[in-house]
Order: sequence, then structure tokens, then C-alpha cells
Amino acid sequence: MENEYTITIFSENKTGVLSRVIGIITRRKINMDSISASKSAIKGIHKIIIVIKVTETQVRKICAQIDKQIDVFKAFYYDNSDLVYQEIALYKVPTEAFYQGDTVENLVRKYDAKILRIEKKYIVIEKTGHQEETEALLEELEQVGIYEFIRSGRVAIVKPMERLNTYLKKRNIA
Amino acid sequence: MEIKAKKAQAPKKVKSDRAKTNSKKAKAKISGAEAVLKCLLKEGVDLIYGYPGGAIMPIYDALYDYQKKIQHVLTRHEQGAIHAAEGYARATRKTGVCFATSGPGATNLFTGLGDALMDSTPLVCVTGQVYSHLLGSDAFQEVDVIGCTTSITKWNYQITDPNEIPEVMAKAFYIANSGRPGPVLIDITKDAQVGLLDFKYKRTTKIRSYFPLPEVDSAQITAAAKLINAAKKPLILSGHGIQIAEAHEVFRKFVEKTGIPVASTIHGLSSLNNDHPLYVGMLGMHGNYGPNIKTNQCDLLIAIGMRFDDRVTGNLQKYATQAKKIHIEIDPSEINKNVEVEAPVLADAKDAIVALHKKVKKKTYPSWLKEFRACDKKEYRKVISKDLAKLTSGPIKMAQAIKEASDQTKGKAIVVTDVGQHQMLAARYYDYSDKNLWISSGGAGTMGFGLPAAIGAKMGRPQKEVLCVCGDGGFQMTLQELGVCSQYDVAVKILLLDNNYLGMVRQWQELFFERRYSFVELENPDFVTIAKGFGVEGHTVADAKNLKASIKQMLDHDGPYLLHVTCIKEENVFPIISTGKAVDEIALE
Ligand SMILES: Cc1ncc(C[n+]2csc(CCOP(=O)(O)OP(=O)(O)O)c2C)c(N)n1
Ligand SMILES: [Mg+2]
Repeated sequence: MENEYTITIFSENKTGVLSRVIGIITRRKINMDSISASKSAIKGIHKIIIVIKVTETQVRKICAQIDKQIDVFKAFYYDNSDLVYQEIALYKVPTEAFYQGDTVENLVRKYDAKILRIEKKYIVIEKTGHQEETEALLEELEQVGIYEFIRSGRVAIVKPMERLNTYLKKRNIA
Repeated sequence: MEIKAKKAQAPKKVKSDRAKTNSKKAKAKISGAEAVLKCLLKEGVDLIYGYPGGAIMPIYDALYDYQKKIQHVLTRHEQGAIHAAEGYARATRKTGVCFATSGPGATNLFTGLGDALMDSTPLVCVTGQVYSHLLGSDAFQEVDVIGCTTSITKWNYQITDPNEIPEVMAKAFYIANSGRPGPVLIDITKDAQVGLLDFKYKRTTKIRSYFPLPEVDSAQITAAAKLINAAKKPLILSGHGIQIAEAHEVFRKFVEKTGIPVASTIHGLSSLNNDHPLYVGMLGMHGNYGPNIKTNQCDLLIAIGMRFDDRVTGNLQKYATQAKKIHIEIDPSEINKNVEVEAPVLADAKDAIVALHKKVKKKTYPSWLKEFRACDKKEYRKVISKDLAKLTSGPIKMAQAIKEASDQTKGKAIVVTDVGQHQMLAARYYDYSDKNLWISSGGAGTMGFGLPAAIGAKMGRPQKEVLCVCGDGGFQMTLQELGVCSQYDVAVKILLLDNNYLGMVRQWQELFFERRYSFVELENPDFVTIAKGFGVEGHTVADAKNLKASIKQMLDHDGPYLLHVTCIKEENVFPIISTGKAVDEIALE
């Protein structure tokens, strides 16, 4: 059965790593729902987070192939219950929309969104949350009119105490 | 281990001729190009296959002064260079090295890289690249070699700074030939070849994100031993890993102690001699009847250094579902990839076998073994007796030619094959009687592999007879390497089995496409004249009664030789497990 999995990959910060990782996923004709990369809490070690919808067998094999790459320390996969995760979305709406009653204001309050910038022509709203939440706000804003929408890749922290540290200790690294 | 470019130091104010005679500390800087060659020497490389061109000219210029220390073989095509390096690596267990220029030189290596990755062959390939300031500008002969080779290399890296060369080259050799071996490609921009550095070399023994050699886990060994000691009908599947781990001796002892029958994958051929009483034949699509049938009747499979390729397993859903399975494998991603196993052993094949040997009971399985021999009889009656039926005139049977060559070389030649029917028959009818005799393109099935790989094998082990078994189709993909045979006097014996067809494809068209022969018939050249044009001796044998004498003539010849064998046009390789069929649905006719 397909499920949403988040793969976290700890690697060296080298040019080729990301394309190796992505290649492992795309060669199986799997579309990535989201991808993000940044440094991790361990100095000098990079973290890549990828979200895909696959079966558990598939995600296990994909992680094994990612692990195998020379510059990768370790890849782990999690289902959503193992994670605290967020995405950030930005919405550009016409300033006019704020003049027409208090619809937009109510939406901002209801969704706990933030107003980032006010210009003559447009206002930029920010909302952090899970995809369903940012998606719901989008749908409502579409009713009043929207110029632009963008959502970031998922950032995630795992609930179990980081397996990587244990792993690195076992390997006598860091 | 982030590679940091050292700051370029101002050149020491020492006259260059004095620098050489001065103390070691005052060594002058050398070029990146020369550094590459020094790295090779430090890694014990004495043979390179390659082809020059604009972007790698500084390295070739440096090579001019190193000719006495490193032999360079100029192949006729970069594909020839990389397959030769593969043949050399497979025959010697060392790392094969090849050079190519940027753009088309590099793209000509791709087939070999994919081949080497599939067949776990250690290679270090060095390609020249355009100047770093031109990267991404579509400069003359610029190809994104790193981007293109990411999925067909174990590791690749682009060097743009000469100071990176020693460390990256050391890493390249370590990665290529540790753990599960594979090809590494190092792309070096022209400015990095021309630039200067202080050369200091340290071999790599560790990379912090890479764990090539898992330690044997005693719990896994105990679990595996328990299954082995309890088994009533166990079967060992021996794979390429036994050859790679050079585990032949310990493997034979293990087999003899446990008394378990051994079936080999195609790359496992010669991991145990064919005449060993416990050897029961080859697995897979065109393998032997017994081991395929018995795979689905045994109670325990002990897979060693093999990866349950689809050509071995046939229909996975019906593959050995009745049996428990042990999988000894060095690459963690192979465990539970195709076949789920009860007892994985993540380790080098040799280490695992040694550990397991101590925990297994001495046993024999006479009645189980008899079941295999009964299968052998059936296969002999239905297939082998026909394949080997002595013809006394007219066109020759491929199997017969191989059997004859096997007899005359006493089963001790290194057999290097191309891809097709002749390959399967070389696997089936050569009597492998020594270790590590089989070199062929298995995972990728690369036509054109045979001749250049045979050249590499012969140069790696010149004392060995090297028999190159080719088909008329595949031979024409790389036959220009005959030029290498004659220029460097590489005494490979080419057994060209000419059925005037792309035989394996024709067989499939006959069996599965209603005999619609779509573009499989060749109008062939006069192969012997071509060989002679290259300076390679040869002759044609078209009549079965002359086969024996012709093979003798080929083997007796001092130097490379082409024996062009006119074979029966339409013959099929049996047994066969057709696509989608289970191993025990193997057809004998
Ligand atoms: C580079 C490449 N192209 C195509 C194929 C598909 N193929 C597999 S076997 C074969 C026929 C080989 O013919 P030949 O070399 O004459 O050998 P035969 O089967 O007749 O012994 C072909 C075309 C391949 N394996 N490799
Ligand atoms: Mg042919």
C-alpha cells in the first residue's frame, strides 16, 4: 500500500550527492512531492529531506540504494506519525481584496497566518503548517483572487532521538 | 574529509636542475598531469588503456616521459580501452585503468562504465575536460561527463584544481576496489592538468561516509549455521562474489565439509571446478536442468556473492518459495532486494565462509545428490547429446567447437566471451577446471565486450591461454581492436563462431515472434582477410571434420590468431526458461 514517506539523508556537502540521490528516485519513475536541503545539527554534515508516496518495500529499497552512495552517511525513512514537520507557504493577493469587507482579515485570523508585506497593489501573506492547511487557505484565497502562490519543501525533525548520532557513534565518527 | 585547495605557494627559487639533486624537501612543483601519473605509480599501476585528444593532451605529454614505468596501450576506440581495462581487472583482481579525452572520448566510455557497474568491476577512468572557466559554455568537446556518468559509476568527481589530484586519485582507487568493486570516473579540467602542485601522496584507507567492509556478525553466522545444520536438501548458489573475494580455496573446503551441492551463476563459473563431485551446474535462463528444477525443491538456498538477477530467478513469485534462504552478500542494498531471506549475512564472501565453516557439521547428502544426477541424465539425453553429437562433415555446431577447445586447453584457459548464443554455449560446454576462468558481460550483456576484454585478460595474465569466444555480430562491434593484438603482440585466440545471424535474437524471434526474422541476418565480411589486414593470422574452418586440427593450429600458433568457424545457421540454445516462467518450468526442447 502506498503511503507518504519522508526520507532524511545525511551526507557530505558535495556537488554530486544531490543528483545521485535524485537519480535513484527518478529512475524508478517516482515523483518527489517535496525536497529540501540544508546543514544539519552535526557540523559539516548536510541533511536532505525528500517526501515521496510509495510502498514501504519501495522506500526501504530506495534508502538502501541511497545509503550505498559513497558520500552519504545514512538515509532513514519515516511515516508522518514519526515526524514533527512544517512547510511554509507564501500567497500574493491583491490589496484590493482587503478593502472588500473583512473576508481576508478573517481568513488571516482563522489560519493563524501572517502579513509579511503591504504594497499598493499586493499583500504577501505567510502561512506555516502542514500541506492540508496551506492548501485550505489557498482554496479560500482563490475565492477572493490570488496573484501568486508558492510552498517550500518539507522540513522535518524526527520524534525518535536522532538515529544518526547513535549510528555515527557506532562507526566512530563525530 | 572536505578537499580543500591548498593555497598556491610562490615557486621556490631553486634552479630546476638543482632541485632534483637537492634534498627531498626542496622538491620542485610538478604539473597536475605528471601528478596523475605519479598517483598511478603509487597505486602500483603499470598498464593503462587509452586514447588521446585535446583535453587530455597534458597528461599524454607527461606520459611521454613515463613510458618506461607505465605501459600505455593505444586502443582503436575508447570502448575498446574500457573493456580491455575491465578484462584486465577481472583476470587479475587489480584495478583497471583507462584514459580518454573530453566530449566524444568520454561518451565512448559510457557503455563500459555501465557494464563495469553491473558486473562489479574495479576501474579508474580518467577523462580530460575543457578548461574550468569554459565549463557550461558548450565549449568544443565539452560534455557534462559527471552529470552523464552519475548513474553508471560507483563514484565520480571533477577536478578543477591541481592540488586536489593526489587526494582524489587516492580516493578513486580506494573506492573502486573496496567493498563491492565498481567503476570510478575522474574528470580533470585542462587547467588542473597544466597547473602546478607540491606532490605528496597518501593512499586512502578510510572515508568517513563509506563502509565497504562489514564486519562479520556472529549472530548472523550462528543463525545461518543453524539453518545449514538442520537442512535436508540444501543447495549452494555460488556467485561472482566468490571470485571477487578470492575465496576459491575456503569455498571448496566449506563445500566439502558440508557436502552441499553447488550450482553457480554465470559469473560464479569456475568458483568450483566443473568436475568437482558436488558441482551440479549453472543456474538461470540457459543454465542446467538440475539446478533450476531443484531450486524449487530444495529446503534451503545458500546464496553466496550473487544478487538474484532476473536471469537467475525467472518468475520471482514462483522462485523457491518452499525454501528457507541464506544470503551472504557484501552490498547491503542487495539483501532483500529481489528475494526476501530468512538469514542475511552481510559480509565479504571469504570472511563469511571462514566463519561459517567453523560452525557447520560435516555431512553428506547422497540421495539428494542423486536427484541432481538423474536430472543431468535427462538433460544429457534431450540436449547435451544432441549439441555434442559428433558431426563429421559440413557446418559446425557451436557447442562442438567449444567442447573441442575446452578439451585441447584441458579446461584451463581463461574464457572471455562476447554476448549471444555463443556466450551461453561457452558457459555450458567449456569444462572449467581452474579458478577464475570466466570473463563475460553478464549484467549488461554488452556486445563488443569480448575481443577488447580478452586483450586485457591476456595482458594481465600473459602466461595463461586466453580464448576469446565471439559471435559474428558482436565481433563486428569492436573488431578494430585486432590492431591492438598485432601492434602489442597480444596472443589471444579468437574463436569466432559465425552463424551468419544475430543468433540469440533470431532464436527469440523463432520461439516467441512466430519466426518473423526481423533484421537479424548479416551479410558478413571475409573475417580472415580482415584479420590479416590487421596483421593477425587466421583461417576459416567450414567442415566439421577439420575442426580438431583447426583448433590445434590456432592454439599452436605463436601470437594472436583468429579461427573463423562456419557454424550451422539456425540452432537454438536449450534449455531455456522463457520470460515469465518459473525456474522449474525450464524447457529442454
Ligand atoms: C550492444 C548490444 N546491442 C544489442 C544487443 C542485443 N543482442 C543480444 S544477443 C544479440 C545477437 C548476437 O549475435 P552474434 O554476436 O552473432 O552472436 P550469436 O547469438 O549469433 O552467437 C543481440 C543483437 C546486445 N546485447 N548488446
Ligand atoms: Mg551470430
